[in-house]
Amino acid sequence: MRVGLFVTCLVDALFPSVGQATVSLLERLGHEVEFPQQQTCCGQMHINTGYQQSALPLIARHAEVFAGCDVVVAPSGSCVGSVRHQHAAVARRLGDPELAERSAVIAAKTFELSELLVDVLGVEDVGATYEHRVTYHPTCHSLRMLRVGDKPLRLLRRVRGLTLVELEGADQCCGFGGTFALKNAETSAAMLADKMTRVIETGAEVVTAGDSSCLMHIGGGLSRLEAEPRPVHLAEILASTGAAA
Amino acid sequence: MSRAFVGMPVHAPRGVGALRGREPFPDAARTALGDGQLRRNLGHATATIRAKRAQVVAELDDWEQLRRAGEAIKTATMARLDEHLVRLESAVQARGGVVHWARDANEANSIVTRLVRETGHREVVKVKSMATQEIGLNEALEAAGITAYETDLAELIVQLGHDTPSHILVPAIHRNRSEIRDIFLAEMAGVDPALTDNPPALAEAARRYLRAKFLAAKVAVSGVNFAIADTGTCLVVESEGNGRMCLTLPETLITVMGIEKVLPSWSDLEVFLQLLPRSSTGERMNPYTSAWTGVTPGDGPQAFHLVLVDNGRTAVLADDVGRSALNCIRCSACLNVCPVYERVGGHAYGSVYPGPIGAVLSPQLTGVEDNASLPYASSLCGACFDACPVRIDIPNLLVNLRAQHVEAYSAAHTVPSAEAVAMAAASWTMESATRFDLAERSMRAGRALARQGRIRRLPPPLSAWSKARDAPAPPAETFRQWWARTRVTP
Repeated sequence: MRVGLFVTCLVDALFPSVGQATVSLLERLGHEVEFPQQQTCCGQMHINTGYQQSALPLIARHAEVFAGCDVVVAPSGSCVGSVRHQHAAVARRLGDPELAERSAVIAAKTFELSELLVDVLGVEDVGATYEHRVTYHPTCHSLRMLRVGDKPLRLLRRVRGLTLVELEGADQCCGFGGTFALKNAETSAAMLADKMTRVIETGAEVVTAGDSSCLMHIGGGLSRLEAEPRPVHLAEILASTGAAA
Repeated sequence: MSRAFVGMPVHAPRGVGALRGREPFPDAARTALGDGQLRRNLGHATATIRAKRAQVVAELDDWEQLRRAGEAIKTATMARLDEHLVRLESAVQARGGVVHWARDANEANSIVTRLVRETGHREVVKVKSMATQEIGLNEALEAAGITAYETDLAELIVQLGHDTPSHILVPAIHRNRSEIRDIFLAEMAGVDPALTDNPPALAEAARRYLRAKFLAAKVAVSGVNFAIADTGTCLVVESEGNGRMCLTLPETLITVMGIEKVLPSWSDLEVFLQLLPRSSTGERMNPYTSAWTGVTPGDGPQAFHLVLVDNGRTAVLADDVGRSALNCIRCSACLNVCPVYERVGGHAYGSVYPGPIGAVLSPQLTGVEDNASLPYASSLCGACFDACPVRIDIPNLLVNLRAQHVEAYSAAHTVPSAEAVAMAAASWTMESATRFDLAERSMRAGRALARQGRIRRLPPPLSAWSKARDAPAPPAETFRQWWARTRVTP
């Protein structure tokens, strides 16, 4: 299958290895990856901070850039959540029903990585090897906007050498919430502190998730505490063949 | 009463009631986060009630269908709210009740004050009611020389402690038992000075105190959980029996209800009497459900007044996205699952409606400019939507309110906010892949700030991040540069 990669602005700018891992994983599974180079950002930060007018051109751009793809994948539950549940609604609210229709078409063919693998490509064993103790944090938008359920866990359980350690209170938010972490920094940090306690208690070497944003938050807190585990995106684990980790 | 009101629906007025906080949410939250006792009280209480709710909800195979039914009934009712209210009025009048319409908190307070005065009594007993808390009825009565006694145990604790409620269902959730004992010892007339903090002893002290009030009361004030338009029946669901006392013993009953509480018919109750107790107290069924229809000669209160309060609700109804917040049945399940509420408590929201639904409802009722920080008091994690028994999409409503706030600000100011400028600049940058690429390249300068791949201190406004978290160093090569270098043939 030919898959369009919506890499997300955060991965593009700060975590390119997550995008590279997504490419190498899909290619290893025999699929062709295209990266429409005109893509930038889905506008979720603008929408969730109240700036829908500023988001509108980004929504229009996103619909245009990915119009030619049969299937689109993103290594982010949050960005897919925005494309699927916000784009058309914002366009409609701001009086552009034609864009809303095009956005709905894009939304219907856009998948988060674990959704693409399990639901569209029908694989759970992606042939990965990763010899580490890993705990998994289900990010809020993948869990409650996209309803990915246990798909990421099904993928992780088939990774050779990987020991999965259960995270207590896994479905509790890490406190990131985009600009929430700036506007309500202390409340966000209190949520993060509790999440980090649970993560550290697992004794895992690696904490993984399907969103680089939440991992940046949890990882940034752990780094400040000089604490283990280290954050690794789900795509990087699934792309790993054990050679280097 | 018939009065035509033509024009845009109005918001809840300023200067009355309990819908507005004294300080923005982030400031109030900061204070609350510093209170370790509060954090422990809340963490313990919300975890307990979350577990109870999860257990009783899991027992029902048709929980999701019940939620959808609740949503559908409420949505259909709101679509014809005017008709149902007029039907309710006729049905109550036909059974000997008197119906009053109050446009806002001031009108409602003056109606109730006048009605109490007309009885010649100066004391009222109260059933726990959010609507009367919202309009500040106790304060209005007090100003008129009328004493209102709260009879719900938790409301009594709040009232005796000269405090404000911090939870919809458990208004004294921020207090533990030793704090409650101290309040009783200091404020409860006739209390045993040897009172311990043993919960049965505390409950017994409250029973003795309240029993005297119930037996002496000639006037009661209540809210409703539901009012049935077909028959004019009002209902209160409760756990302690204090409501039943107030609703049956006094001579006069004055019931204050928000106009959104009406339901078309008795058959609708079948859904809500399953949804409400399981979502609120985590019980299969609440201990007391009291229903009354007008006046029954020789039995119960012989004078019944129903005060229908708008106080901003019509303005909420006018918002085609936001109106689903009116479907709320005040169960507080969203509070108990909210990671923000759990850490900061109810007072930080500044309104009698705290937590996720309060962050929506308070700014909706007052107009978003008066509660501008509340729509942002959420990480949008979505736990509230999952818990809501009538499927109110609270995260979506919060996002919508944020947009209304930003748009109202921009309409009212000629100079845009710094945030608006930053957002517009970010949008302009990302409207072009070339400009975005250039911006990414300039971020690489940030690598100079990094030590061992991480940045420990960022300039404002990002310093709010770096106070508790490191930031990753920008990579030497972005993804799009890597793609162009390795995958694109020139």
